[in-house]
Amino acid sequence: MKKMWGIVALAVLCGSVAGVRAEEPALTDPSAAPVMMEEALKDLASEDAAVQEAAVQTLITRGDAALVPKLEAMRAEGDRSLRMAIKPVLDLLKNKAKLTSRKQEERRSAAADLAATGNPMALVWLEAAFPTEQDRWVRYQIEESIGLIKLADADPAVKAAAATKLGELHSQNAVPALKELAASAGSAQAFSTGSGQALSTDSAAQTPEQALVAKAAREAIERIETWSSWTSAIETLFRGISLSSVLLLMALGLAIIFGLMGVINMAHGEFMMLGAYATFLTQEGFKAWLPPGLFDYYFLLAMPCSFLAAGLFGLLLEASLIRFLYGRPLETLLATWGVSLILIQGARVVFGDLTSVVAPSWLSGGMQLMVGVQLPYNRMFIIALAAVCVLGIYLLLFRTGVGLRVRAVMQNRNMSACLAIPTRKVDAYTFAFGSGLAGLAGCALTLIGNVEPGLGQNYIVDSFMVVVTGGVGKLAGTIVASLGIGGLNKLLEPSFGAVYGKVFILVLVILFLQWRPSGLFTIKGRHVDS
Amino acid sequence: MEQGKESGEGLSFWLVGFVLLIVLPLLNVLPGTESPLHVSDFTLNLFGKFLAFAILALGLDLIWGYTGILSLGHGVFFGLGAYAIGMHMMLSIGTESVYGSALPDFMVWNQVKELPLFWRPFSSAWLSVAASILVPTIFAAIFGFLAFRSRIKGVYFSIITQALALSAWLVFNRNETNLGGTNGLTDFKTLFGFRLGEPGTQRALYVATVFFLGAAYLLCRWIVKSRTGKVLVAIRDSEQRVLFSGYSQANYKLFVFVVSAALAGLAGALYVPQVGIITPAQIGVLPSIEMVIWVAVGGRGTLVGAVLGAVGVNLGRSILTNHFPELWPFFLGGLFIAVVLFFPDGCVGLLRKLGGSWSSRKAGDGLDKPLATSEPGPH
Repeated sequence: MKKMWGIVALAVLCGSVAGVRAEEPALTDPSAAPVMMEEALKDLASEDAAVQEAAVQTLITRGDAALVPKLEAMRAEGDRSLRMAIKPVLDLLKNKAKLTSRKQEERRSAAADLAATGNPMALVWLEAAFPTEQDRWVRYQIEESIGLIKLADADPAVKAAAATKLGELHSQNAVPALKELAASAGSAQAFSTGSGQALSTDSAAQTPEQALVAKAAREAIERIETWSSWTSAIETLFRGISLSSVLLLMALGLAIIFGLMGVINMAHGEFMMLGAYATFLTQEGFKAWLPPGLFDYYFLLAMPCSFLAAGLFGLLLEASLIRFLYGRPLETLLATWGVSLILIQGARVVFGDLTSVVAPSWLSGGMQLMVGVQLPYNRMFIIALAAVCVLGIYLLLFRTGVGLRVRAVMQNRNMSACLAIPTRKVDAYTFAFGSGLAGLAGCALTLIGNVEPGLGQNYIVDSFMVVVTGGVGKLAGTIVASLGIGGLNKLLEPSFGAVYGKVFILVLVILFLQWRPSGLFTIKGRHVDS
Repeated sequence: MEQGKESGEGLSFWLVGFVLLIVLPLLNVLPGTESPLHVSDFTLNLFGKFLAFAILALGLDLIWGYTGILSLGHGVFFGLGAYAIGMHMMLSIGTESVYGSALPDFMVWNQVKELPLFWRPFSSAWLSVAASILVPTIFAAIFGFLAFRSRIKGVYFSIITQALALSAWLVFNRNETNLGGTNGLTDFKTLFGFRLGEPGTQRALYVATVFFLGAAYLLCRWIVKSRTGKVLVAIRDSEQRVLFSGYSQANYKLFVFVVSAALAGLAGALYVPQVGIITPAQIGVLPSIEMVIWVAVGGRGTLVGAVLGAVGVNLGRSILTNHFPELWPFFLGGLFIAVVLFFPDGCVGLLRKLGGSWSSRKAGDGLDKPLATSEPGPH
């Protein structure tokens, strides 16, 4: 009996020595590693949970991306327990490989995913990757991930340090974990009241270290929240500006048409809708007839298409209806409202209720400005588009012969006619141009919203408010008013809610008109009545 | 309305009034349901609704047809009147409601425990009736004062009132304003203690509507014929001249705006108990501008036209939406365009033109000149 125990002990001893021996060369000699990996892979399928666990550990610690295909194959064939065992290994190894990827986005997402696994090995990799990383945002992500993993550390001192670090990083992702920490450390003034009260019985057992952790966590939360209130203000402002840009594109056309012809075009919103559907059709056309590789460029074609579609329709409308109604704004208002009803119902019959446009990949994502502030490319694009349009309109109106004629007709129609300016043509082209601008606005709008028949209705009242507030006949008035109304809309949204924000703006506009009845900027003259 | 037509007009007023007030209800009560002369409860109710709209159209005509101010926010005043009565009827449901609570059902859903303060006065019927006219009146007075004082006019006024309609729609849609949200107020049971489901109550409501329509017509006619009415028309034709002649046009405009808002509130108050529901969808931008088209189709600047237009368009609507629901927007849109392009003076104008050309062949008289003179240029 005794002898047998001795043999077993010897065998175990030998085994462990062999294990150590096998491990040591693995660090220095790469040729031994594959053998070990093969064994670990075999062990993975073992019935014994302990063996399986050990294999998982080995694979995670020593494995690399080369194992991924094998693991994938095993997972596809294996039973449930094997799949469960393989999944974390795969995730970790894949992300480890991605950590050294060339693409900045991949490195960043890998760092974020590693934090989510909470595996201590991930910490080692992240810390190894950190010094060589060049990109600012990947560095940030790595630091945040390190902090998040350390937050789960057993040592209170490490925990507290991690919490402070995360606070310095203004990490929004850490807030739930920090809140939990602040509450579960059992502070007397629990941070989140719900869980705090449940845990208040534990507070008697609180150690000084725990108190330290809780304090660090609370400070970090406070810091992060102050920061996030700033960043959300910046993002709100940005959204306000991009909304203003769409309004501006709409209102510019409206203001020019109204200033030139005394025509209120209630169907202007539907030109926007037409532009949006033109974009949708271009997209569908690309899907149907062109190779998928070109799909991303559909938007470049969609912009002129939507401009032309809305512009041509505008020309048609002008020739068939508007020209009979010059100088009778109230009547044009009613007639064009009728047109808009018909167009909306027409679109509903043809296209159905909801169609959406997929933004091209080069407009998805955004630019990280600072921690917690990401400026989406699509909104930036809309702002840029509006800026280009304003510049274009300015140059067209003030630097070309055509613009000179338009301005002349705007100021004095009869005199211009006497000077051989073809006022009818000027009217028609201006109307078409204004409609085209609305179409372009519709094209831009597909980037941030759905395409639906009632699309224009949401914007028409706001755009008219812009025209009324800005005054007629001056570009600057329209620009300032649309920035003001669009910006206020978004600015008031968080505190008032979208609805009361709108009501508040109406009140403001009415009060504003008390002070300046004909809008912000007006053409000065000696007329009593325009 | 020239002098010669005076007696004819008076006669037709009493004739139409007699038919609407006495003959139709009698045909509803007396003959059996199989009789061809029988007017069903449904038809009578439908006409009651149309005639309530006609009251609103009268007010709108007063401000648009006579004074030249296009308000695109009359749905709001209509809604204020309608909600005032609706709120009272909600409260008078009492514990008969689905949840058996003294609070209206939607408040139970929204977990409102106590009746909001602004709902309290509406438990009194008479106070609610007064409110249905006073609330829109006061609201119009404040809004109109601000708008007319700063000489917001023409399209600017239209746009501001349209924004008003949009805002009101948004606010009434919210649940936290405690006005029933998107579903509005409905499920009414009684008014002044009478069951609304009884044909007798509906008949009485119909008769009341006809009576108030007659009164509103007489009131509008009196205003139009008075000196004030002349000033209103003068404001429409040339506001500057009125101003330079020493009239305070803002006061006149405010007056007519307030009167038309009060009529809209009255219309709303008569509408709700007959239809049994009021929702924000009936007071928004679209219904508000639709009200304008009633007046335009009938013939702006003539009171008869407003009434005819309101009844005619709504009759057309209920026929069309029954048979071809998806065609109605096309038809309505077409109506907007046609009425502006082809018959700016509406049906009444068209009839007059026909009558005029017939009589001019005898008398050598010219046609009526068109209402709006086109003059290009910014306005």
